[in-house]
This record gives sequence, C-alpha cells and structure tokens, in this order.
Amino acid sequence: MGRADTYDRRNRWLWIGLTAPGAIWLLVLFVVPFYAMLAVAAGGVNPFFQISVPTWNPLHWSSTNLTAEWHAIVGTGSFIAAPALRTILYTAIATIISLAIAYPVAYFVSRYAGRRKTLYLVLLIAPFWVSYMMRMLAWIDLLQQNGFVNSVIGVVGLPSHTDWLGGKPATVVFGLVYGYIPYLILVLYAGLDRIDQSLLEAARDLGLSKWRAFWRVTIPLSKPTIIAGAFITVLPMLGDYFTNQLISAAPGTTMIGNVIEGQLNSPGQTGQGAVLALMLLVVLLIPMVYYAISTARASREFA
Amino acid sequence: MASVAGESVAAPSGPGVFAWRRRLRRNPWRRPWLMEGFTVLYIIWSIVPIAIAVLFSFNKGGSTATWQGFSTKWYVGNFAQSVLHNPELHSSVIQTLKLGGLTTLITVPIGVGFAIGIDRWRSRTSGGLNFLMIFSFVIPELLLAVALFLLVTQLLKFIHLGTTAEVAGLVVWNISWPAIIVRARLVTIGRTYEEAAADLGASRFGAMRRVLVPLLMPAIFASAVLVFASTVDDFVLVEQLSSTANTQPMSVLIYGNVHGGLSGPALNALATIMLVVSLLVALVGFIAYRWMTRGERTKGSTEALAGIAGM
Repeated sequence: MGRADTYDRRNRWLWIGLTAPGAIWLLVLFVVPFYAMLAVAAGGVNPFFQISVPTWNPLHWSSTNLTAEWHAIVGTGSFIAAPALRTILYTAIATIISLAIAYPVAYFVSRYAGRRKTLYLVLLIAPFWVSYMMRMLAWIDLLQQNGFVNSVIGVVGLPSHTDWLGGKPATVVFGLVYGYIPYLILVLYAGLDRIDQSLLEAARDLGLSKWRAFWRVTIPLSKPTIIAGAFITVLPMLGDYFTNQLISAAPGTTMIGNVIEGQLNSPGQTGQGAVLALMLLVVLLIPMVYYAISTARASREFA
Repeated sequence: MASVAGESVAAPSGPGVFAWRRRLRRNPWRRPWLMEGFTVLYIIWSIVPIAIAVLFSFNKGGSTATWQGFSTKWYVGNFAQSVLHNPELHSSVIQTLKLGGLTTLITVPIGVGFAIGIDRWRSRTSGGLNFLMIFSFVIPELLLAVALFLLVTQLLKFIHLGTTAEVAGLVVWNISWPAIIVRARLVTIGRTYEEAAADLGASRFGAMRRVLVPLLMPAIFASAVLVFASTVDDFVLVEQLSSTANTQPMSVLIYGNVHGGLSGPALNALATIMLVVSLLVALVGFIAYRWMTRGERTKGSTEALAGIAGM
C-alpha cells in the first residue's frame, strides 16, 4: 500500500493530465448548461419579440418566471398540477409492475437456469440491444384499431374495437413498463447473481423453510439491488415525454416531461419551462445524490 | 439404518406417507416450473412484438396490421418511400452511423483517461469529479437535453444545433460507460503489474502503454460497444439538439412520423436496419470480448455477455 501511494504521488501530474479532458468536458457541457438554465429561468422576456432573455449576473436575477410558473402550478386554472400528479401515479404503478415482473425473472435466471443460463441471459439482454423507438413502434403496430391485439381479443369473443392508442392511461403505463423493464432486469440479475449461495444453504441447514430463507436472507441481501433498480427505472420515467406522446398523444395523459418540452418550445415561455425543469431537478436531487453516494461508496469498498 | 427404522416406527401409516411426499416437494434440486414458465412468458412478451415489427417491414402492402405478401420494396424497391431512395430515410441512417462513430471516437479515449486519472489521483477534487460523472449517469435525459439546448442557443453560440451539438451532448451522456466500466476493471487488476514494470525500469508512459492499457483492453472495448449502441438508440438528446432534417437520426425520424407522414412499413424497415446495426455491434463485441479475455479464469460466455451489456 505504501509503495502504491508513492507510485501514485510521484506521477500525480500524469493522473491530473489524464483526468483533465473528461473533467473539462463535464464542466463545460454538464455543469455550465445548468447555469444557462438557471440564467434563463431567472431572466426576463423581450416584450417585442416574445423571446426569453437570459440574465447571466446573479445580482440581477428576477423571480418573474418563478412567480408565473408557481401560479401555473397551484393557481386557479392550473395546467401543471394534473400532469405532475399523473406523472407520479404512472411512474409509481409502472415501477411496481416492473419490479413484480422483473424480480422473479431475474431470480430464476440467476439461481435456477442451470445449463440454460447463457441462453436465458442472451434472451434477457436481447431487448437491451433493440432501440426504444423500435420497441414502441412494434406495440403501435399491434395496438392499432385493426391490429393484432384487437384481432386476438375478437377471437376470444370480447369487444374488439377498443382504440388502445386513443389516450388510455393503462396503455401509457403498459408502454412505460415495456420500455424500461429490460434495464431493470439486467440490474436485478447482476445483483442477485452476486449473492453468495452458501448463505442460503446455511439458512436452510439451520432449519429455515424455503420461504423463510427467501424472506430473511435473499430479500434483505437483494435490497440494495432493488433500490438501485428502482432508481434506474424511476428517474428516466419521471423525465419521459416520448412514450405517452407515441402511444397516446392525448392531452388526458400528458406527463410533466411533456409540459417542460411544450413550454420550452413556445415563444415567451422558455423561461417558465426552465423554471419547471429546475424544479424537477431539485425534487430529483435527493434520490440522485443518494444513488451517486451509494455507487461511489460501493466502488470504494471494492478497492 | 437405525434411524430409518426409528422413523418408520414413529409413523407407521398415513401421516408417514404425507411426510415423505412433503419432503419430496421440498427437494431443493426440483426445477421451479412455475418460475420458469413465467420467465418464458416474459421473454415471449418482450421479443415477439419486435419479431412481428421486423416481419411487417417486408409487407407487400402499406399496412402494418394485415399481411399482404413478402416484398423488399420498403428497403430498396419503392422509389418514393423505400429507405434506399427516400432522401429523408436515407440521410437518417447515415446521420445515425455518423453520430455513433464520432461519439465513440471521442467518448472512449477521454472516458478511459478519466477513469485511470480518477482512480490514481486521490484527492478531494477527483472525488468531486467522480461524483459529477455518476450524476451525469442518473440525471433524466430530458433535463440534460434541455440544459444543453439552452447552453448552445444562449451562451456558447459557436456550437451550432445539429451534428456538433448532438455529438457534444452525446459525449456527456455516454462518458460514464467507459469511466465506470474501466474503473471497475482497474480495481480488479490492482497495481502489482504496473509497479513491477516500474521496478524493472519501465518509464511511467511505458508502464502504462505496455502493461496497463493491454490489461484494460477488454473493458475499453466493451465500453466502446456500449457507447456506440447507446448512441444509435438515443432519442431525447438528438431530438432536442438536431436542427434540420439532415441532422435527424433514425430514432427522431421514426418518432416524427409515427402519427402520419412517411408510410408504415418504411418506418419498420428503418427500425429493422437500426436493429441489425445494434445486433451486429453486439455480436462483434461479444466475440471480441471472449477472445480478449480468453486467458483469464472467467465464467466464459456468461461473463462476456455481462461485460458487453455493462453489468
């Protein structure tokens, strides 16, 4: 250890030099952009051209956009509260369904797949290599009014003219689950595969039933994985605007991402859109920091 | 023998049979059929729709719901709307490959350097930079895309919307792949080899070039595959940062035409091309990863699969 330390210290400038390009890229194109967002959010609007004007000096920041946006959230005629609540609801339901499907699948493949493990793993990873857009396109084809899903329902004898793509919340939740579940399964699989099997054998030897061993050993050991997996699905779902736009495109199913995107692209409202984006960022800061800290700690423990 | 006899004495009739059957049911080597069935159903659900979408890219008619016979007209035949002849479809394929190539070429070297530097340069600054990098991994893509859009339209106006802005954003969004994967590999390698090389008289660049980089090669390669694939798949950043039709990659074009616009099967053909590109990259990645790690004690193909999927 002492030797490694001197080796590291002797070459300090080499390490700094290697870090620099990535660090500069992150600072200029990851940190500064959020300052630009702040400047636009705290800026004003040019009254003649209806375009947002950023204010770069923090001493001159105004709260005009913040006030306007706050009224749009809680004031009468609020058009943001409903999409915000909908976002939370859709994300929560989709995450619970995803976990309920993904956990048994990942558990089976990591523990019981046996000789067929590689085959199963290939099939689980396959959707990861198919673009999100194509997976949505596939379901748009199937869910059309004269599509495959309605045909199958018709064969069974149920009403077969449902317009699945006409703004149904269930379709949006379904799309979110289908879209994000491959990532969740991979995270869960990687975590469950690392659990030491001998711990379970010990629990069984010591007289725990199969179910109790599962509850008292496997579940507690897979808790960090479940939390990491939930973050991996919840964070992108909260910023999603394309899934519901693709498979619903109705005002009744818009989410917070659609409101942000819409405001940013309407003349004069860019500043308000930036305020809303920053609000979402502040809310998400807590889970994001938690995730970053636990990831950093895990990598330090490995070392 | 004695214990068996004892048991049969204690439970001579009915209950003994039940206990025996219960014990059979508890057999830990029994295959869990229910869970296996569930897994197979999940796999069917996740893959069959994609197979159907690929199938309909070969449809003779203009429908994506009714099969009207096999044809390749949406790829090459139709002069107005096939991928080969329609300028929009055509340029989107080229733009996707261009973005994938440029982003990989920039992201991988700076990400690998970042990983090595952060791992060795232990200081408060490097800890903070590492934190920042993990942050870029978990932030919702829309927020990053919006912030970058405002940056290039309001402050750094020399970065124009279009390919330049798209690549700049994609590099930020993907830098965590090489940074995380290479760093994990660095931790497993340890310092011993490098120190040995230094003790034997290698210069610091020599030790790095001849010892560290070859050892890191599988991780570098796996991250290159992941960066390329995730760039091909990307939608949010490129949608916000593209400008004219010429800088719209495949994903943006599909999104824009799903509700009307270009005809159905042509979009399926485009998506199928995207799929083939990704799968080819995955296949090459898998084979090369196995070849590079051939001398190591690993779990073989399972390990290689996990490697190129970023696990």
